[in-house]
Amino acid sequence: MAKAIVDARGVHKHFGALHVLKGVDLKVAERELVFVIGPSGSGKSTLLRCLNRLEEPSAGSVVVDGIDMLDPKTDINHARQRIGMVFQSFNLYPHMTALGNVTLALRKVAGKSRAEADQLGRAALERVGLADRAGHTPGQLSGGQQQRVAIARSIALEPRVMLFDEPTSALDPELVGSVLEVMRSLRESGMTMIVVSHEMGFARNAADRVVFMDDGLIVEQGPPAAIFEQPTQERTRAFIGQIQRH
Amino acid sequence: MLFRSPAMSAWDRFVETFFNAKVMLKYLPDILSGVVVTIELAVLIVISGLLAGLVLALLRSLAIRPINWLIIFVVDLFRSLPPLVIIVLIYFGGPAADISPSGFVSTWLSLALVLMAFSEEIFWAGITSVHKGQWEAARSTGLGFGQTLMNVVLPQALRLTIPPLTNRTIAITKGTALGTVVAVTEILGEASSAMSNSYNPSPLMMGAAAYLVLFLPVVVAARWVETRFAWKR
Repeated sequence: MAKAIVDARGVHKHFGALHVLKGVDLKVAERELVFVIGPSGSGKSTLLRCLNRLEEPSAGSVVVDGIDMLDPKTDINHARQRIGMVFQSFNLYPHMTALGNVTLALRKVAGKSRAEADQLGRAALERVGLADRAGHTPGQLSGGQQQRVAIARSIALEPRVMLFDEPTSALDPELVGSVLEVMRSLRESGMTMIVVSHEMGFARNAADRVVFMDDGLIVEQGPPAAIFEQPTQERTRAFIGQIQRH
Repeated sequence: MLFRSPAMSAWDRFVETFFNAKVMLKYLPDILSGVVVTIELAVLIVISGLLAGLVLALLRSLAIRPINWLIIFVVDLFRSLPPLVIIVLIYFGGPAADISPSGFVSTWLSLALVLMAFSEEIFWAGITSVHKGQWEAARSTGLGFGQTLMNVVLPQALRLTIPPLTNRTIAITKGTALGTVVAVTEILGEASSAMSNSYNPSPLMMGAAAYLVLFLPVVVAARWVETRFAWKR
């Protein structure tokens, strides 16, 4: 295995009495695309959010790009620049233009001048095919365009790894393709990606590895063909069977 | 002619009583000086009250429990007490604590505290109504708590707070009239003393007109700000 860029070990997460993650180990190599699937409530999103510490793990260790994310001495805001995150509900800032959304962190966190940030921001919008929408506010964009702006907002910071939390679940079916297209081109550029999603077609032909989670644990993982065609675990088989009927 | 009586018609009597030109002219300077005092008071109350309210709301967003209890206590206190009581307490109670605030200062302080209390609640409601995803998106790009609050959350919160905030601000600013009880010579004070001196209510009408002239532009300006702050959807 190439150098691990994400190394999570024994991650537990409790929400009050609810035990959502029950000791998850996840290692992701540089340039790898890992797909995380599993039934709702299995802990996929929580696992993702523990990686950039949007959720505080109750126990375990998370190291991203050599930085111990849980060390109190770690500058979490600095570390988070290396970890892009894309959300199901886009979460664009409605009071700013597309370019404003992309450049905010460049200016405030990366310390770029406005001119520099604008230039980098436009380049990022170009990469997601929205250079001509720089001056539009989120309300003037379709869901697919909004999600691509959200991706641009993350990649503008040149992260070492990108986390996608059900990036296409809130989209109308005809808009899903444009977002997957951007994700595919990101993957081709060598970006390390961890994707929580139910886009099985995309998983099949783009993922290096598929991880199946259930009840707060990783049940089974392997290349897409193996997981989809010959799952070894009964729970995996049941889940794959269920989603493939749709 | 039918109405050719030497006595005044009812309409003339009404005008003579409520819009007596001679009385009005005589007391116009007094009313105008009252207007100046009211404007001074209003500006001080609005600036200090809203600023203090915003600071408390921001402080509350830090979620430090003892501080929040204190904020909630203070806010609830000043929201429940009638402003007049606060004015009287500060004006007449001050000397007991070895401070003798003037009527002007007592009125300013009291109404600023009341505006602070109400606006804190409004600002706080605005801040909490901003979707959690906005915080997460900003924090995930490395923005700190304060940066997220100031650049992402507050601009959205403020837009939501403008209508309730202007209503409250206008209502409380009109409370400057309460200053009369502690001898503040604002519009109503001037108008009522002119009324007793002239045995004529015309000055009161001038006072009413002064309030309209003062507050209508504020209401119109608030409407403008509301449309200005609405972002394109």
